[in-house]
Amino acid sequence: MKKPGKYVTRRLLQVIPTSVIIVLLSFLLLKTAPGDMVDVIAAESGGATKEYMDQMRELYGLDVPAHMQFVHFINRVLHFDLGYSFRDNMPVSSLILERLPATVLLSLSSIGFALVVGVALGALAAKYRGSVLDTAISVISTIGFATPLFWIGLMLIVLFSIQLRWLPVAGMVTVGMDYANHWEYALDVARHLVLPALSLGCFFLSMYVRLTRSAMLEVYGLDFVRTARAKGVSEWRVITRHVLRNALLPIVTITGLQLGGLFGGTVVIETVFGWPGIGRLAYDAVAARDINLFLAIFLCSSLMVIFMNLLVDLLYVVLDPRIEVAQ
Amino acid sequence: MSAATASIDSVVAAVEPTRVAAIDHTSFRRRFFRSHAAVTGSVILILVLFSAAFASVLYPGDPRDMVAQASIWPGQDAHYLLGTDMLGRDMAAAIFHGARQSLFIGFAATSLAVLVGTVIGVLSGYFGGFVDDSLMRFTEIFLTMPTLLFTIALVIILGPSGGSIALAIGLTSWPQIARLVRAEAMRVRQYDFVSAAITIGMGHVRIILKHILPNSLSPVMVAASVMIAQVILAEASLSFLGLGDTTVMSWGGMVGAGRAVLRTAWYMTALPGLAIFITVMGFMLLGNGLNDVLNPRTPVR
Repeated sequence: MKKPGKYVTRRLLQVIPTSVIIVLLSFLLLKTAPGDMVDVIAAESGGATKEYMDQMRELYGLDVPAHMQFVHFINRVLHFDLGYSFRDNMPVSSLILERLPATVLLSLSSIGFALVVGVALGALAAKYRGSVLDTAISVISTIGFATPLFWIGLMLIVLFSIQLRWLPVAGMVTVGMDYANHWEYALDVARHLVLPALSLGCFFLSMYVRLTRSAMLEVYGLDFVRTARAKGVSEWRVITRHVLRNALLPIVTITGLQLGGLFGGTVVIETVFGWPGIGRLAYDAVAARDINLFLAIFLCSSLMVIFMNLLVDLLYVVLDPRIEVAQ
Repeated sequence: MSAATASIDSVVAAVEPTRVAAIDHTSFRRRFFRSHAAVTGSVILILVLFSAAFASVLYPGDPRDMVAQASIWPGQDAHYLLGTDMLGRDMAAAIFHGARQSLFIGFAATSLAVLVGTVIGVLSGYFGGFVDDSLMRFTEIFLTMPTLLFTIALVIILGPSGGSIALAIGLTSWPQIARLVRAEAMRVRQYDFVSAAITIGMGHVRIILKHILPNSLSPVMVAASVMIAQVILAEASLSFLGLGDTTVMSWGGMVGAGRAVLRTAWYMTALPGLAIFITVMGFMLLGNGLNDVLNPRTPVR
């Protein structure tokens, strides 16, 4: 087995080329997309002369060769300067930071919901393998995979917001509502959160069910479980202490990766529910053809995934010292 | 040359531990028909293919043309069984024609993904070492990018036509196949018959085509079936967001349009969504069924 310290260093170093390539790719996409930033400014101000546009290109460093622009681009990204959105009249980085909390709240609630319910259902399916319950749970999880998330969201709106009138249709807070205290505000946000979190959670739920079921079935067959049973350990304790605990590793991995993908995954659901997060920002950016803003979100999401992948890999070393760190 | 290579083939075939036994035709057919998932999935898919193939016969003309009064609910008018939308277009015609777009993108993008994924996976797994390292780094980058955002970026750049959507989704889907084929290639490469083939002087290309690829066939078939389902969902999301090909009918686009009248006419959203669900379910079931049939490790209940 190799030394963990060496592995950690190597893994940290690996992040650098991947990140640089991702930055390069966003830069290339930005360059290939029709129209540059100056075109957008010109369009926003309702037209501009050729001289003015040339002047602007010089001002924003767009008149130098592409490789020099890339160097500037990297330099700016390192300072978290992602450009300026002329549609929203504020720096892209502030726009993203402003929207971040809403997306984090939505993602964490849906993943939390999916994790709790999914692991429980998966564990039940594994315990009663081959029974009607197992089949029913597997049918439910297949349905979760096969249904478009936006459609689940819209149907939930039809049922709970339009027909039953239990929950609000869209947004994160009730417009124009005065809150007596923080509790009232929290309750209002929570009521708005239920439907988007449920719809987004459906997909994660199916994944956790399958993952837990197969991971637990794998562990069930191992010797130490038989030993525990032979020792007279109660079945509940066998499941919670031995089987589930060992099945936890893949679940932790997937959760980490899902959290990494949280920026990109919420575009559709945030659009359906008008949830004011990063996904909705990305959609608005596309609709307004604000390519600079859109690619900044793309870049941030990718870097976030790289970071979470790294974190999961490092967690592995801590969680499971048996893991032989492969070359 | 042909005689020499033929004899090499027979020598190698003799030492190859045939996994092909699992794909033996009669036993394949028997196992296939015993799998509920595979049979149900196939029946659904035959119906969907039928809708796509006969859309122009059953509903001639452009499905985007107005044919009747707007917003007729399903079941209200015997002539328009699934009702009409807010522009008076026949919902049934739109759904039948929409099947074409979903299936076209599904098959086109998946074919591209399987092609790219197989080439990269086989090179990586067969040659190993430096080739493997660099190709897997490359694959990792594609796995890192948020799929939907990357697809959207590509569609913005390439323009929203059927071909560019298939290209964009295909370009983001191949890593799964590459990893799968790589693992299979690495597994098969360890067998003696491959060393034997190399010793006899068989070329790499021939070994890959004759021995590595056929062995990867069944897992790729399963993965491709599930991938078509994912591609159809991705295309539906794009169309729903208004980034699809607006010149043809698509189910995702119909859901997106129906959203505006969700309060008064939710069937306009529900019906195309149901069509997506049924089709995707068909491919998923077929994939699950094929997995049971082709993967000998799975016990048949």
